[in-house]
Amino acid sequence: MSKVRVLVGTRKGAFILESDGKRENWNITGPHFGGWEIYHINGSPADPNRLYASQSSSWFGQMIQRSDDGGQTWEPVDNKFVYAGVPGTHQWYDGTPHPWEFKRVWHLEPSLDDPDTVYAGVEDAAIFKTTDGGKSWNELAGLREHGSGPRWQPGAGGMCLHTIVIDPKNPQRIFIAISAAGAFRTDDGGATWTPINQGLRSEYIPDPNADVGHCVHRIALHPSRPDTLFMQKHWDVMRSDNAGDTWHEVSGNLPTDFGFPIQVHAHEPETIYVVPIKSDSLHYPPDGKLRVYRSRTGGNEWEALTNGLPQQDCYVNILRDAMAVDKLDQCGVYFGTTGGQVYASSDSGDNWTAIASNLPPVLSVEVQTIP
Amino acid sequence: MTIRVMIPAHLRTIAKVSGEVELDVAAPVTIPAVLDALEARFPALQGTIRDHVTRVRRPFIRFFACSEDLSHDPPETVLPLPIQTGAEPFLIVGAIAGG
Repeated sequence: MSKVRVLVGTRKGAFILESDGKRENWNITGPHFGGWEIYHINGSPADPNRLYASQSSSWFGQMIQRSDDGGQTWEPVDNKFVYAGVPGTHQWYDGTPHPWEFKRVWHLEPSLDDPDTVYAGVEDAAIFKTTDGGKSWNELAGLREHGSGPRWQPGAGGMCLHTIVIDPKNPQRIFIAISAAGAFRTDDGGATWTPINQGLRSEYIPDPNADVGHCVHRIALHPSRPDTLFMQKHWDVMRSDNAGDTWHEVSGNLPTDFGFPIQVHAHEPETIYVVPIKSDSLHYPPDGKLRVYRSRTGGNEWEALTNGLPQQDCYVNILRDAMAVDKLDQCGVYFGTTGGQVYASSDSGDNWTAIASNLPPVLSVEVQTIP
Repeated sequence: MTIRVMIPAHLRTIAKVSGEVELDVAAPVTIPAVLDALEARFPALQGTIRDHVTRVRRPFIRFFACSEDLSHDPPETVLPLPIQTGAEPFLIVGAIAGG
């Protein structure tokens, strides 16, 4: 029977939750790297025992940890993220030029077919790549140097490259997102990049339709339709059917279109999930009710999923990297909260159970479906 | 000279050591010389105490010796004799800050 492994990064360490395919009983191990912020922990699609974790702290900076046995043991690998050339400046919060400074790794995205190849999205925004299992990292500088960099500015959480999505049918095509610069695409493996923000509208920037400057929170796609992208923006849920060339809004009947994560069902390319959050200044769900919203029509028509989720006095947030799906026949959906809960549904979101209740604030959730 | 160095608990975990670390450091025994020896013995600590490129001390790290804060001393400053002889440990401390 298949096994499911949930990789949880928190404000104070990493936790690994494992269950058989029934997903009824969960074994929790951790904290791994207790006391450290684990912005992301992710597994290689090509080798599920190969895991990578981004471990950081205000005191000691950045570490990258690697496991070759599914998270039982870990070894630090290279933590040297140095921008190529002279990195120049981006905009600071007050609009003045500010030098690019490495702060932390937000997201680790292993290659789909090589466990030793991993992309890292970092703050200040840039993308790095290793091809030797983390022994060395090199910047794909074409992104930062493509021309609009001096106009990028940080979101409230910092100027972070937080989303990396590899096209499963064409690994030379990669989508990334930066808060608050927007979404970008490469079609040549990362050498050159193009902003893909046409159709986004953001009232909080001087030109709401600008080519860069949008606070994109998350992008997701279904592997069978890599030209169809779904986006949770700072405000607005968006959709593109041409690999990001143009976008249109699909927020529809959501109670609020602010939020952080967005995910696609493992087997239904038009079924997507978001967690509406009241506003950018009130980072908690509307009405104290934690509701996942599901659209089975690729957007616009949304239904609230509430069974098993707290429906009163709930004021947690769900961060952008804290939602994932498994690939079992009955697709499982998982998300973590800033209150330390990890909720799971083994029936595509109809019913939910807390599989962990008292962890530190959850920063990220990834799921491995292991044959 | 054998220098005794105490590193913060989180870095002891990274380095897989417990208690003090003893390092052979050639004269002149300065803070950069001690850090060079520490990082050579435990490469995983590179970047955790000082920046990879600039070699500047990370903001929340402090260097104490013989009840003195030497964090802001010039890099060429030779450490006190009790540190050089191993009578006292050189302390690398994580500041009381953050959470």
